[in-house]
Amino acid sequence: MAEGHSPLAQFEIKRWVPIQVGDIDVSFTNSATFMALTVIGVSAFLVLGMRRHALVPGRWQSMAELSYVFIANLVKDTVGTEGRPYFPFIFTVFMFVLFGNLFGMVPYGFTFTSHIVVTFTMAIVVFMGVTVIALIKHKLHFFTFFMPPGVPLIMAPLLVPIEIISYLSRPVSLSVRLFANMLAGHTLLKVFAGFVVALGLFGAFPLAFIVALTALEIVIAFLQAFVFTILTCLYLNDALHLH
Amino acid sequence: MPQLDVNTYLPQVVWLVITFTALFLVMWRIAVPRIADVLEARQKRIADNLAKAEASKKEAEAALAAYEQALAEARAEAHALVSEAAGKVATEAAEREARQAEQLQRRIADAEAAIGRVVDAAVANVRAAVLEVAAAAVERLTDEAPAKAGIAQAVDRALKAKG
Repeated sequence: MAEGHSPLAQFEIKRWVPIQVGDIDVSFTNSATFMALTVIGVSAFLVLGMRRHALVPGRWQSMAELSYVFIANLVKDTVGTEGRPYFPFIFTVFMFVLFGNLFGMVPYGFTFTSHIVVTFTMAIVVFMGVTVIALIKHKLHFFTFFMPPGVPLIMAPLLVPIEIISYLSRPVSLSVRLFANMLAGHTLLKVFAGFVVALGLFGAFPLAFIVALTALEIVIAFLQAFVFTILTCLYLNDALHLH
Repeated sequence: MPQLDVNTYLPQVVWLVITFTALFLVMWRIAVPRIADVLEARQKRIADNLAKAEASKKEAEAALAAYEQALAEARAEAHALVSEAAGKVATEAAEREARQAEQLQRRIADAEAAIGRVVDAAVANVRAAVLEVAAAAVERLTDEAPAKAGIAQAVDRALKAKG
């Protein structure tokens, strides 16, 4: 198979506009293009959709309101009223990941969420932010998080390392979940797309499979954005209320 | 695998930070407050309309109560008027009846008096005739005219004895 037709070729970073600031490479890549498109898409969807301020919403306004209410309820249900100040950030996370995933489904598009460095950066920001919030709110009391009350002291040597490891692995699991889902889905699509041409007339079977898989991938795009968001909410809830 | 190419990490992260921050600012400053405003306005409008409907309902209930009260009052008034009129009619009828009864009584008494006078006159006529007959009979039997007073006395005695 030629290098250009490898199922992984779609994930290649292409420096469309090479930019160098000092020693730092800040080239405008295909990934950056789709990030910018996501920002434009989300802003257009929410700002233009709401520009009429209609009391009885039209189609676009309805969708914009629906996404708002969906995430607002998610924050309220998982974090409670204390999560209200963090709502704009959580809403941004959801819309950014969702539109990033969906724009990645456009043929010849690029899925920036399929890169571990992107998802891990987002996860580590969430992780550090949540930890800072917890430290500010609970001071040293925060460390009782790793030693829940009511547990016999003799269990501490076993329990505390487990809790610490599970806490530190949060950004890893959060980022790998999203990255792996996107990577696997898009790779699978590409692999089967290769079969369509290779099998000639029988290529109709993998083609039908691709159609079904595309629908599934769109569902996964929503689902993974939702999972990323709800986990962010749960971590925030732990930070605000400890156990 | 392109995901493991460390050389591409820096531009990705830099642009992720730039774009995400931009989106966050747009959401935080423009989109979220706008949507919240619209939702709040709608919620307020719905609550207002519900309150208005509640007030209208109360008003209608009050109007219904007032109507029913007025109806009951009118009914009671009508009832009173009817019973008053019935009473008036009844007393008038009784008065008229009494008047008529009195009139009848008077006429009966008049008639009875007239009858009495006729009877007395008849009795007087009969007595005179009896006196004459008795005098004539006594004269025929005794060939002598009896004393008028004696005959009258005897006739009266006989009439009284007959009743």
